[in-house]
Amino acid sequence: MPRWGMVIDLDKCTGCQACVVACRVENNVPFAGSEQAEMGRAIFWIEVLSIVEGEYPNVRTRFIPRPCMQCDHPPCTAVCPTGATYKNDEGLVAQIYPRCIGCRYCTNACPYTVKFFNWFAPQWPVEMRNFNPDVARRPVGVVEKCTFCHHRLQKAKEQVKIEGRKLREEDYIPACVQTCPTKAMYFGDLDDPESTVSHLVKSTRTFRLLEDLGTEPKVYYLSEGEWYGGRKA
Amino acid sequence: MADARHSHEPDLALFQPILQTGKSFYLVAGALGAVAAWSIFAWLYQLTHGLGATGLTRPIYWGLYITNFVFFIGISHAGTLISAILRLCHAEWRRAITRSAEVITVLVLFFGVGNVILDLGRPDRALYVIRHGNLRSPLLWDVMSITMYLTASTIYLYLPMIPDIALLRDRVAKRRRLYRLLALGWTGTEEQHRRLERAISIMAILVIPIAVSVHTVVSFVFAMTIQPGWHSTIFGPYFVIGAIFSGIAALIIAMGIIRRAYNLGHYLRLVHFNNLGLLLLAMSLLWFYFTFSEYLTTYYGGEPREMAVFYAKLSGKYAPFFWAMIVTNFVIPLVILSNKKTRTIAGTIVASATVTVGMWLERLTIVVPSLANPRLPYARGLYQPSWVEWSMMAGFFATFILLYMFFTKVFPIVSIWEIREGREKGVALAQKRIESYHPPHPTGGETHSGRGGA
Repeated sequence: MPRWGMVIDLDKCTGCQACVVACRVENNVPFAGSEQAEMGRAIFWIEVLSIVEGEYPNVRTRFIPRPCMQCDHPPCTAVCPTGATYKNDEGLVAQIYPRCIGCRYCTNACPYTVKFFNWFAPQWPVEMRNFNPDVARRPVGVVEKCTFCHHRLQKAKEQVKIEGRKLREEDYIPACVQTCPTKAMYFGDLDDPESTVSHLVKSTRTFRLLEDLGTEPKVYYLSEGEWYGGRKA
Repeated sequence: MADARHSHEPDLALFQPILQTGKSFYLVAGALGAVAAWSIFAWLYQLTHGLGATGLTRPIYWGLYITNFVFFIGISHAGTLISAILRLCHAEWRRAITRSAEVITVLVLFFGVGNVILDLGRPDRALYVIRHGNLRSPLLWDVMSITMYLTASTIYLYLPMIPDIALLRDRVAKRRRLYRLLALGWTGTEEQHRRLERAISIMAILVIPIAVSVHTVVSFVFAMTIQPGWHSTIFGPYFVIGAIFSGIAALIIAMGIIRRAYNLGHYLRLVHFNNLGLLLLAMSLLWFYFTFSEYLTTYYGGEPREMAVFYAKLSGKYAPFFWAMIVTNFVIPLVILSNKKTRTIAGTIVASATVTVGMWLERLTIVVPSLANPRLPYARGLYQPSWVEWSMMAGFFATFILLYMFFTKVFPIVSIWEIREGREKGVALAQKRIESYHPPHPTGGETHSGRGGA
């Protein structure tokens, strides 16, 4: 079974937010509105975090796109009282929306704070109601988060079955990776020694967020610099 | 009709609340009922709008509701645990206070559970915890432990009520069918007494480990995560101590009100308040010891993510709550209760009132500051409880007091038969027990078994 992982080259990231937009459209992520967003209630399956360094006039902003880390040892799944969030056979941390009771224990147990809650019934501006039929829209009161575009894997598997061949690396790519204009994001099987991602993670520039917690995130970052929360120094 | 309205009736005062209801009762009940009704409106508002009606946000996903959940479950340790321990220790002074303590436990548990349901995004799916239960989740441990506690403490409340209900069945004109049903044909024979005492003893022993498990697993909900400020091995006993602490405080307040409202000064005496006050003082010291250990360990370790939470509490945004907690949980009770002159009925009630506030603040400062300071410094929402949350909190407190008041109107809040038993047999039993502590009298030929507890 493949271990799906993502590599994000921060030295190539321009902070353009194309991944955020692509994700929102692909996954039918609702719009919170400016007032609710101000309160911190906006939902971002992937979010470009910005870190401002230095004092004016010597200021530098660095960007770090943050999807769900898809941990191999996820702290969020064990605590779920109904098994609505769990690690599936593909190694991805999945959510069963119809089973979620909305207790938000998983959102609190996640050290990366990447799980989001539907405070109200989801809303979209009129122009954004051209929904992706492959992704279920979430009702009020449940938790949601990045799935590594798991629906694309399902589709790819069906396609591969019809064509009677094996799954290739380019068959399954999440929307954010596909969109990235500077090609800063990579996706593939971390257990396949020939894959691009497994070559990239061997780089000396590699780090993961909060690596010392033992959560084994499957999102790797590449950077020459120092990053908050990462082990790289 | 034998209606207990004879001046020579013994313990008439204990029947009085059931027989007569004054104007002030209706006034207070009406006011509390209005608050409860308002909270139903707030609840309907939340149900129709979603949890967005609260002030919760990311990353502060839990707030007042979970604080109140922990607080109410903590209060529940008043009753059953204290009453069970006092019963097992044959503390004669327990007789007048056990019932009022046990009622707190049973009633308040519903409000603890109610707060969790209130906090769910999908209350319609609450029973999924049984249908799809994940045994690895500490929340499921809570479900099991609290269910067990509610069952055990309800039985433990009911058993010692049987002889009293039989008394009411025979003496009171109202609600005869209810009393007859609940009295289970009690006639007060020797055999019935023997069985009842045995059942009460078994329940008293059973209920102690269950009570300890309840607040231990409540603490595990926090401690099992790796979040700064929550991931602590001390949390289990720390929560249990805090629970007993707040439980005693709630009991003293309840006793103070009952004493005043129903003129039970002869039954709830200075000695009861004094003894419970000493127990409260001991718990206050224990609570401070745990708090000190917890925070010193964090501070000495100096781990940056832990320190962010530490400073948020000691000098940051939550400092007013934290220091108010230290004053109300430790400083004030210590000053009042360590001095015999101030350890009066009024004094213990004041100390209990501050402890109740302090323990609520403790729950708040455990839940919120940790969530407000997650390991990655990016998610930083602000939490300001909404009117819905405050209304629900007021409603839960009001409804709890209301139900407690109704209980005192249907059943005796001081156990009549136990008071009588104490009066008739207590002195002899205590004397026999004390004699058994000492070597037999040199001149007397009588031998003593040497076993304590008559």
